[in-house]
Amino acid sequence: MSEMISIQNVSKWYGEFQVLTDCTTSVAKGEVVVVCGPSGSGKSTLIKCVNALEPFQKGEIIVNGTSVGNPKTNLPKLRSQVGMVFQHFELFPHLTITENLAIAQIKVLGRGRDEAEAKGLALLERVGLKAHAHKHPGQLSGGQQQRVAIARALAMDPICMLFDEPTSALDPEMINEVLDVMTELAQEGMTMMCVTHEMGFARRVADRVIFMDRGHIVEDCHKDAFFGSPRSERAQQFLSKILQH
Amino acid sequence: MDFSQIVPALPDLWEGMKLTLELLVMAVVGGIALGTVLALLRLSSNPLLSGFAKGYVNIFRSVPLLLVIIWFYLAVPMLLNWITGDFVPVGAFASCLVAFMMFEAAYYCEIVRAGIQSISRGQVNAAYALGMTYGQAMRLVILPQAFRKMMPLLLQQSIILFQDTSLVYAVGLMDFLSSARSRGDILGLPHEFLLFAGAVYFMVSFFASQMVKRLQKRLAV
Repeated sequence: MSEMISIQNVSKWYGEFQVLTDCTTSVAKGEVVVVCGPSGSGKSTLIKCVNALEPFQKGEIIVNGTSVGNPKTNLPKLRSQVGMVFQHFELFPHLTITENLAIAQIKVLGRGRDEAEAKGLALLERVGLKAHAHKHPGQLSGGQQQRVAIARALAMDPICMLFDEPTSALDPEMINEVLDVMTELAQEGMTMMCVTHEMGFARRVADRVIFMDRGHIVEDCHKDAFFGSPRSERAQQFLSKILQH
Repeated sequence: MDFSQIVPALPDLWEGMKLTLELLVMAVVGGIALGTVLALLRLSSNPLLSGFAKGYVNIFRSVPLLLVIIWFYLAVPMLLNWITGDFVPVGAFASCLVAFMMFEAAYYCEIVRAGIQSISRGQVNAAYALGMTYGQAMRLVILPQAFRKMMPLLLQQSIILFQDTSLVYAVGLMDFLSSARSRGDILGLPHEFLLFAGAVYFMVSFFASQMVKRLQKRLAV
């Protein structure tokens, strides 16, 4: 399998404080990788480095052959190929759902309005929200907004998807509708890197699990190995706490 | 007190009011445009650009508006003359307009800056993540939301500007207040005309403020 995302010896500091220490891992084409770990472990920072929403000071990240840290890289172009879903959805509240889905297709990819809206509507139907096309984001529930956010990212025909705690801000009964969409995506062969605490999702859908603690990648292994017999004590503790209930 | 002479003078006064409103609208539009550019400079990570905007705002907020008006009327033609070697007549209206635009831009800048900063970092990230450039993210995502939030403050500032336009008397422009004063002097009824002018300024400003308050309530929902 060829590599989609390659993270090599990445370190990052906020002033004096080191948030990432020598992180190395990769995501192959079609692979689903779940990144987990306690809060403050650097997992969200790491995933934001992948599409350069956060700068890093050392190491290299290569996405589909393009170096993210290279100052000559056309970042908008690279980002337009990498879909991202955020914890707080970040739909544009001043635009309707249809416009949310179409705006970047039109302004970034140069698609015509009709084509962009048709594509948006098709994706909206896929996530089961076609009836809400004319509404504004504020009129939708959190779970619905997050499904729209996934559709918005997919409308750009991304080569891979990044999920940054997509269900952490949701009420419990809305988590599954979002995870269902993500599971479906994974089954279709989308390359995915997901920061999430949903261990059920990781167990069912992920190929590999990365466990982070205090800026280090502590475990990076097949999901069965991770859930069956994590090597590090820290991961064992984390799992025993999170899987207790 | 004899207010009967005001009615026949209304067409003349309306001419003055037209100049006031013309000046107001152009100064508000130009001031907000310039203020927005200044706000973007102020928020820039480039210390030179943000320093320039900061200096601009500090200077214009530290000098009286009347001084700026007179200064632009007297100093700018001289400066142009000095630069080009020709005598370039600027005119009272144009110099006042530039003075108002540049002065108000300092105040609008601070409003716009606060508006932009009130939009969460996540919205910027979402725009970038979709492949938008800085310009696109600002134009399509951040500024439309920021202006919605700022609208009441921008309008309130513009109501203050409406009153401040009366300062153009200093360079001899016939705005509403000047025309009321000169009419009153000619007819020997200065008090009546000044009272009337005051009532008009009050009514326009008061009702505009009430409208802004209503707008504020509607936007808050």
